[in-house]
Amino acid sequence: MTLVAPTPTATTTTAAPPTPHRTSSTLLGHFERGLDAPICLTWELTYACNLSCSHCLSSSGRRDPRELTTEECKGIIDELQRMQVFYVNIGGGEPTVRSDFWELVDYATAHQVGVKFSTNGVKITPEVAQRLAASDYVDVQISLDGATAEVNDAVRGPGSYDLAMRAMQNLADAGFRGFKISVVCTRENIPQLDDFKAIADRFQAQLRLTRLRPSGRGADVWDDLHPLPHQQRELYDWLVANGEGVLTGDSFFHLSAFGEALPGLNLCGAGRVVCLIDPIGDVYACPFAIHDEFLAGSIREPGGFEGVWRHSELFQKLREPTGGGACGSCAFYDSCRGGCMAAKFFTGLPLDGPDPECVRGFGEQLLAERATDALPKPTADHSHRTSPPRPRGSAGPVPLTLSIRRPDAQPAHACAESPLAGFTPTAVTACACGGH
Amino acid sequence: MPSVTLDSVVAVHPRVSIRPEPFGALLYHFSTRQLSFLKDRMLLEVVRACDGTRTLGEALGTTGVPAAQTARYLRAVETLVASRMLESASAGTAPRRTAPDSATISTEAVA
Amino acid sequence: MTPSPAPQNTVVEAPSGELIDEESLVEEVSIDGMCGVY
Repeated sequence: MTLVAPTPTATTTTAAPPTPHRTSSTLLGHFERGLDAPICLTWELTYACNLSCSHCLSSSGRRDPRELTTEECKGIIDELQRMQVFYVNIGGGEPTVRSDFWELVDYATAHQVGVKFSTNGVKITPEVAQRLAASDYVDVQISLDGATAEVNDAVRGPGSYDLAMRAMQNLADAGFRGFKISVVCTRENIPQLDDFKAIADRFQAQLRLTRLRPSGRGADVWDDLHPLPHQQRELYDWLVANGEGVLTGDSFFHLSAFGEALPGLNLCGAGRVVCLIDPIGDVYACPFAIHDEFLAGSIREPGGFEGVWRHSELFQKLREPTGGGACGSCAFYDSCRGGCMAAKFFTGLPLDGPDPECVRGFGEQLLAERATDALPKPTADHSHRTSPPRPRGSAGPVPLTLSIRRPDAQPAHACAESPLAGFTPTAVTACACGGH
Repeated sequence: MPSVTLDSVVAVHPRVSIRPEPFGALLYHFSTRQLSFLKDRMLLEVVRACDGTRTLGEALGTTGVPAAQTARYLRAVETLVASRMLESASAGTAPRRTAPDSATISTEAVA
Repeated sequence: MTPSPAPQNTVVEAPSGELIDEESLVEEVSIDGMCGVY
């Protein structure tokens, strides 16, 4: 595949950026080859959630009956302690809806595993906020995707902005400084970056801006919500000018080709320094890649989590050096590393080519050329049962088969076991074919 | 920041976890959430030798840091003191605990 | 589009993972600085 430079898109001019830290190639080499244990990881505790955000990367809503037990969770924490995994980012779904949530958080911090948990704020009452403020080793992250209810609730549902604001007020009132406010950057909220910063400052919280990936339900809304090219530039410029103290989860290493790399390792950590443990104990390369293609194994296997981390075929493959593939000849490959594996996978692009949001525009070309009728879908979908999602990759109608039930037939009971349930034989008189 | 000299006595902060790696080590400070990478094993040994009972000069000597590298290792120790991974200690500091002890959240009834 | 400026280390970096003279022995990264975490 030959990459041809497309017509340049309009870019804003920018003042000379400050010179931020850049990880040495010495260290990058070690991380790309993978470590004997993750440095930190994401742990989704449950697929249950009180909300149904349109871009949910884990397609959460309904609890999975195979969810890990409290004892299994403690077993994982014991392993993480032994492996010296320093920090775990607990999420879901909405992790606080698990009845053993606080017990597990306490168990982790008592066993040398630092905790940050992501929440929509539903359980952050003033009492809970007080206890959190008194703990030294628990970080809290409130999800917010709009600086106004209008923008936020369009993605996260009615009332979700108020829920988040109330939680943040409770944390601030309890004296909890430095909790995180985590924003998924979209076409609709990039104009609100200054407003997000103002909200964070108001609550003495730390702003975190992250990338929208086409993962989970995100695939359904990505075409409409992902930042436009000029907005990516706006975001990059904003981070360079205002990003001191703003976290990014290293989400934007694909924007490095704009200029100086943003702070962070600036490489894909999946399977090398981080991974995901999901609510049923499956281990994936990262939370943005919940799909069989990136499933490394299960903590329920005999080797436990450590066995999967060290010996799974998938992780060993991810730790092998790759060339740049089609991106190898690009002058910016060294800084962008070909972008996000999950973003490429779920938009149907080849993993050894450009990111769909490649700042040079090579991804846009490929997106225009790809077939959109067979994009990868996760095998499991824990979404609340609502109307079917819009088809991905097109704005066309959802194909439906309409059938008309015979007016005199009784509908079979949903729990009926007999295969003949609902079948009412009619009396045979003469058969029309005349053969018997 | 007080400057660090060969006469300084420093110790690893009690809230720091040291994780050896083939290339050196990872240090994580549970209170500051800071993560530091030590890029060589000799520096790891120097850090381990900083137990609050000996001077930096003695720690470098015990570890076998070549004289020509003294300034480089001193700069590294300064960086670790600035990020509070290491802290100034008087001789005879109590042994460090590594387990963070946090106020528990679940002990009282939570609504 | 301007190309990325030269890396901040003082010397050209070897790809093999060996330490280069003058390179600091300590590097600091935020625990939030790893991609693949939410």
